[in-house]
Amino acid sequence: MEILLAVTIGLLYAAGIFLILRRSLVRLIIGLVLLGNGANLLIFLLGRISKGQPPIIPEESKVFLDAYADPIPQALILTAIVISFGLQAYAIILVKRAYRVVKTDDIDNMITTDEV
Amino acid sequence: MIPHFTILPILLPLLSAVVLMFFWSKPRNQRVLSVIGHGLTLMASYYLAQKTFTGEIFSVQAGNWSAPFGITFVADALSGMLVLLASLAAFAVSIFSAASIGNGRASFGYFPILQFLLMGLNGSFLAGDIFNLYVWFEVIIISSFVLITLGGEKAQLEGAVKYVTLNLLASVIFLTGIAVLYGIMGSLNLADLAVKISASPDKGLINTAAILFLVGFGIKSAIFPMYFWLPASYHTPPAAVSAIFGGLLTKVGVYALIRVFSLLFIEDPFIRDVFIVLAVLSMITGAVGAIGQQNIRKVFSYLIISHIGFMIAGLGMYSTLALMGAVFYLFHDILVKTNVFLISGVIFKMRGSFRLENLGGLYNKFPLISIVFAIVMFSLVGTPPLSGFWPKLYLLQSSFTEGELWIFGAILLASFLTLIAIVKVWLAAFWKKPVENKIAMERIVWHQLIPIEKFLILLPILILTTATLYIGFYAENISDICKLIAEQIQDKSGYIEAVMPQIETNINPENIP
Repeated sequence: MEILLAVTIGLLYAAGIFLILRRSLVRLIIGLVLLGNGANLLIFLLGRISKGQPPIIPEESKVFLDAYADPIPQALILTAIVISFGLQAYAIILVKRAYRVVKTDDIDNMITTDEV
Repeated sequence: MIPHFTILPILLPLLSAVVLMFFWSKPRNQRVLSVIGHGLTLMASYYLAQKTFTGEIFSVQAGNWSAPFGITFVADALSGMLVLLASLAAFAVSIFSAASIGNGRASFGYFPILQFLLMGLNGSFLAGDIFNLYVWFEVIIISSFVLITLGGEKAQLEGAVKYVTLNLLASVIFLTGIAVLYGIMGSLNLADLAVKISASPDKGLINTAAILFLVGFGIKSAIFPMYFWLPASYHTPPAAVSAIFGGLLTKVGVYALIRVFSLLFIEDPFIRDVFIVLAVLSMITGAVGAIGQQNIRKVFSYLIISHIGFMIAGLGMYSTLALMGAVFYLFHDILVKTNVFLISGVIFKMRGSFRLENLGGLYNKFPLISIVFAIVMFSLVGTPPLSGFWPKLYLLQSSFTEGELWIFGAILLASFLTLIAIVKVWLAAFWKKPVENKIAMERIVWHQLIPIEKFLILLPILILTTATLYIGFYAENISDICKLIAEQIQDKSGYIEAVMPQIETNINPENIP
């Protein structure tokens, strides 16, 4: 399972970076989405994945008796997903507006702000 | 007693933003309330800052979950000073915005978003937990995205595409760094991480995480070679927005570098060498870039990059004197960069253009105002006895005594090139004969303003100039604080003890069956 996840994360990062380097605005957004998902999965994987071990202390004890799944990565991913959801929604609207105003989706033509 | 006043500089902007939203369609009330909100935040920040200057480090554990399990806010002298300066700069920008932002932008939430931006800034200065730092960074960037695009002009949207892409990329890289660090250390609290990393033998993976953080924060603080988004976007929004961006957003990146690297990674000589190389290259490329520009806001944008190099150089050298120089420069730079972008806004109102070829004749027409501008520009260059001189002196002294001659030369060269860039701006904008450009002439609004508006536009510049002069002429007060900060940065134990007074674990072994 770890190896499968690791390969998936690598693919997501690679595809994301490849798409960011393209000239089209739409691919740029998709690239950013993929990168964000890759980062979220990476947190999940590096928090060590374990199956069927909820982090709940039994009633008769005060500490964990057994190995347990770390709940923090999931809380982190939840936060990161919500944040990236908002940012991606914003970025999509921005690209749409930029396309309407600048009338191109080719990043190479968006050079007026770089002129001296 | 729990020092709850530590989080007031975060809560007050939040409260002001919520109040401002109730006046969504009443821009007039928003202008007044926004200035009041920022004024209250400034007072709370001052209260916090002068408490931290005694050397005490305050920490608040949210919900009384003791560190490293809960969310921690920490205020040491560095955080205190930065919160104070951020609130001061935001207060000045808020007055300037109240007088200069049009009703169109104001009725689409400009003022509440400005409050959210300050909340994010103060939050990142006070965060004691690396994931919270990430969340505050996101609060900052989402607010800055709205501010940079509000208005929807062509240049704004083009600049925003670059700004948004690279900031999102920086966030993803920062998040990847957090994931790797959590994977090795199993903790997110900065103090706890500092203890664990110094005991860890796994230097390879730690350095990987360090480089991820360096790239993530490096994009945000615009150090070489990750700065290209900055000059492409900072000159597009209204002057008030570029002022708060230029003054504070890159400085948050520098703060994060200082905080995270000094606590976690700086012991490694490799990391310090990387800092020194990047610092030297930032100083020189930024300054050379500034000379070639025709738009005054782009000149100042490139100067931001160059001057970020000074602070990174201080962090790379890591002696007490070098750190004093770095944090002193950080404080000076927040005030001066905010001020020069505000000044460029005033120049636009007076001459209708940001471009050097359309400017001219300002000194003849507005001699008194020009003298105030001259003080700010001299202090940007670092002429003694103004505020830019002292940190450079510390940095030069420490680079010379430590044999870092590359830094020594780069600081001198970058200062000289800054001087050339500023002289070019001064000659073209103030001393040259005025140029009659038709389009620019139509945009001149200064003579239509009523006196109270003129006063409100110039007041923030005067406030910031006074603060700059104070730093320059009472440098010994600031340098005492900088010395305290440098010592707190180098001796991590104070920070760790303030966050985790009980280093041994809470679990009583008798309870384990």
